[in-house]
Amino acid sequence: MFSRAYRAAITLPPLLWVAVFLLVPYALLFCYSFWSVSPAQTIVHAWTLDNYRDLFRVNVYLQTLFRSMWIAARVMLFSLLLGYPLAYYLSFHAGVRKELFYQLVIIPLWVSYLVRAYAWKTILGSDGVLNTLLQYVHLTQHPLDFLLYSPFAVVLTLTHIYTPFAFLPIYASLEHIPRNLVEASHDLGASPVQTFWRVIFPLSIPGVLAGATFAFVLSLGDFLAPLLLGGPSGIMISNIVVSLFGAAYNWPLGAAISLCMLLLVLALIYLSESLEKKWSFR
Amino acid sequence: MATSTEPTFSRSPNSGTQPLLSIRKVAKSFGKNVVLRDISLAIAEGEFLTILGESGSGKTTLLRIIAGFESATSGEIWMEDERLDVLPPYRRRVNTVFQHYALFPHLTVEENVGYGLRVAKLPREEVASRVEQALAMVKMTAFAKSKPAKISGGQQQRIALARALVNRPRLLLLDEPLSALDANLRRQMQVELKSLQREVGISFVFVTHDQEEAMVMSDRIALLRRGELEQIASPREIYGQPATAYTAQFIGHTNLLQGEVKGGVVRCHSLDWPVGLPDGPVLFSLRPENLRIVDLAVGSAGVNVVRFRGRVCHQAFHGSTELLQVECEDGLKLSIRTATRENWNGDLELEFAPEDAVAVRQSEERT
Repeated sequence: MFSRAYRAAITLPPLLWVAVFLLVPYALLFCYSFWSVSPAQTIVHAWTLDNYRDLFRVNVYLQTLFRSMWIAARVMLFSLLLGYPLAYYLSFHAGVRKELFYQLVIIPLWVSYLVRAYAWKTILGSDGVLNTLLQYVHLTQHPLDFLLYSPFAVVLTLTHIYTPFAFLPIYASLEHIPRNLVEASHDLGASPVQTFWRVIFPLSIPGVLAGATFAFVLSLGDFLAPLLLGGPSGIMISNIVVSLFGAAYNWPLGAAISLCMLLLVLALIYLSESLEKKWSFR
Repeated sequence: MATSTEPTFSRSPNSGTQPLLSIRKVAKSFGKNVVLRDISLAIAEGEFLTILGESGSGKTTLLRIIAGFESATSGEIWMEDERLDVLPPYRRRVNTVFQHYALFPHLTVEENVGYGLRVAKLPREEVASRVEQALAMVKMTAFAKSKPAKISGGQQQRIALARALVNRPRLLLLDEPLSALDANLRRQMQVELKSLQREVGISFVFVTHDQEEAMVMSDRIALLRRGELEQIASPREIYGQPATAYTAQFIGHTNLLQGEVKGGVVRCHSLDWPVGLPDGPVLFSLRPENLRIVDLAVGSAGVNVVRFRGRVCHQAFHGSTELLQVECEDGLKLSIRTATRENWNGDLELEFAPEDAVAVRQSEERT
C-alpha cells in the first residue's frame, strides 16, 4: 500500500509532538515529585517520598483538594441541571428556532474566559451591579459580602463557564435518539413524562456522563475563577500548585500534587467511559 | 368511486353494522402542500384493510393521523362512539407496528413487549404471563432476554408485532412492516401475519406500496392516489372491476383501450362489440390474461367474442406465464398473458369476451 518512508513521514510528527509536549513534561514532573528543595532554595536531585508524605500530612493540601472536589461537584450538578433541560428543550421542542438557540448557547464559548470571570466580579462586588440594585430597591441596607470572594462566587462563575460543556454532549445524545422511539412509547400508552423517564433519559445517559465529566474535570483544575473571585475561602487546589511553582518555590511538592490530581482525573475519565459504554446500545 | 363499500356514518350506538373506526372527511396539509384530501372510510371489526399507494400518496400520513402522531387539518376520526382525533396517541386504543420496528434499544425483548403493560401499571404477574403468551405467539420465547441489537430483522419484526398486540388494541396499524425484509422472508411473513390476524380477530390497517402484498393479505384495499381515495374494494373486486384507469394500471397489469360508444356499440380501432353504455368516449381496461389465443384446430371459446389478428412483437418470460406484446394491423398494441412456450411469433388469431373489457374512468391529472 504505502511505502515505509511515507508511513514514517506521516506518523512521526504527531509522535514527536506527543513526546516533546506531553511525555517529556510528565516524566520531568514525575521526577520532580520525588526530589526536594534544600534550605538554600535549590532542587536536591535525591529520591525521597517526603512530598507525598507532606501532601497527606499537611491538612491544608487535603482540605483544599476536598474543597476543590466539592466545588467541582456542585459546578457539575448545576451545569447538568441547567444544561439538560436546555438541551432537551432545544432537541425536542425548539422547532425552527433550534439553530438560533444552539448558536446562542455556543457564542459565550467564543468570549474570553477572563472577560466572563471579570464580568461576574463587576456583578457580584460590593459596588457591583447586583448589590447596587438590591440596595436601590431596599431589599438590603448594606452590600451583601458573601456574593464575591467566596466559594459561592466560584461555583456561580464556573457553572456559567462550563454549562455549555455539559450541554453539548447531552444535546448530541438527545439528537441521536430516533424519534420513532418516542412515538412508539406514546403509541404504547406512555404519557410524555413516562416516555421521558423510560426512554429519553436512559438513552441520553452517555451524554450526561460525558457532560458531567467535562464540567467536573474542567472545574477541578480551574485556578483563575478562585483567584479572581474566590477570596481566601474559595482557594482551590490549582491555586496551591500555582503558588508552589511560583512564589513558594517548591516545585517538587507542586509536582506531587499535580500528579495526584492527574491520577484522580484519569480515574474519573476511565470510570465515566466504562459507564458510557455500558449505556450505549448501538 | 367506492362501489359496494360506501363508508357508513351512522352515529347511533348499538347498530350492529356500526364500523369500528370511521374516518370522516379527513384532510391534511403541510403548509401549502396538500397531502390528504377529503378522505372518508370505515373499518369494520376484525377487518384487514390495506391502504395502498405509491410514495407520496399520503398513505403513511393517514396512518399517522389515525395513530395520533399527526393531527388532521380538518375532518374527524371516530372509534365507535368515541371521537379519536382529539385524544393524544397514548390515550388511543390503537397500536402501531413501525416501519423500522422502533424497538427500545436499552430494553430486552421481554421488556420491550411488556412496555405498554408496565406503563399501564398492570400487576407484575399479569405483565409476566401476557408477555410470555405474546412471545409464544410470535415464536420468540427463546430470545426473551436478548437486546434488540442482537436479533435479526425478521425477529425484530415479530417482537414489534408482539409488543403491539400484547396490549390488546382495538385496531392495529402497520406501517410497511415487511418492506425491510428480503423477498423470501417477506412472503413467509405475509402468510404468518394474515393467519395471526385471523387468530386474534383484531382489525388491521396495513400500509404498503406493494400491490401484490395488498392482494395477498387484505379483506379490502383502499387505493390512495395523490392524497385522494381512488377506490376501496375487496382485492378480487378492485382487480376485476377497477373503477379508474389508474387503479387498473396500478393493481396488476392491464391494456387500456380508448373507444367510442354509439348506439350500444363500442368502436375501438378496428374492433367493435356491444355495450350497455350511453354514447360518448369510454376507456376500457382489458387484462392480458383475458385475451385468448385461438387454436385454429379447436376453434373459438364462445359465440359472443371479439376476434382479431395480431403479430407478436415482443415476448417476456415470467416463469409460470409468458407476456406477449402483440401489434394489430391498425396499430393497436396489446399485452397478452399466455402459457409458457418458447418462441411465440408470427400472426396470431386473438379473442376476448366483451364483458372482460371493463369501462373505467379516466383518472384526472392534477398538478
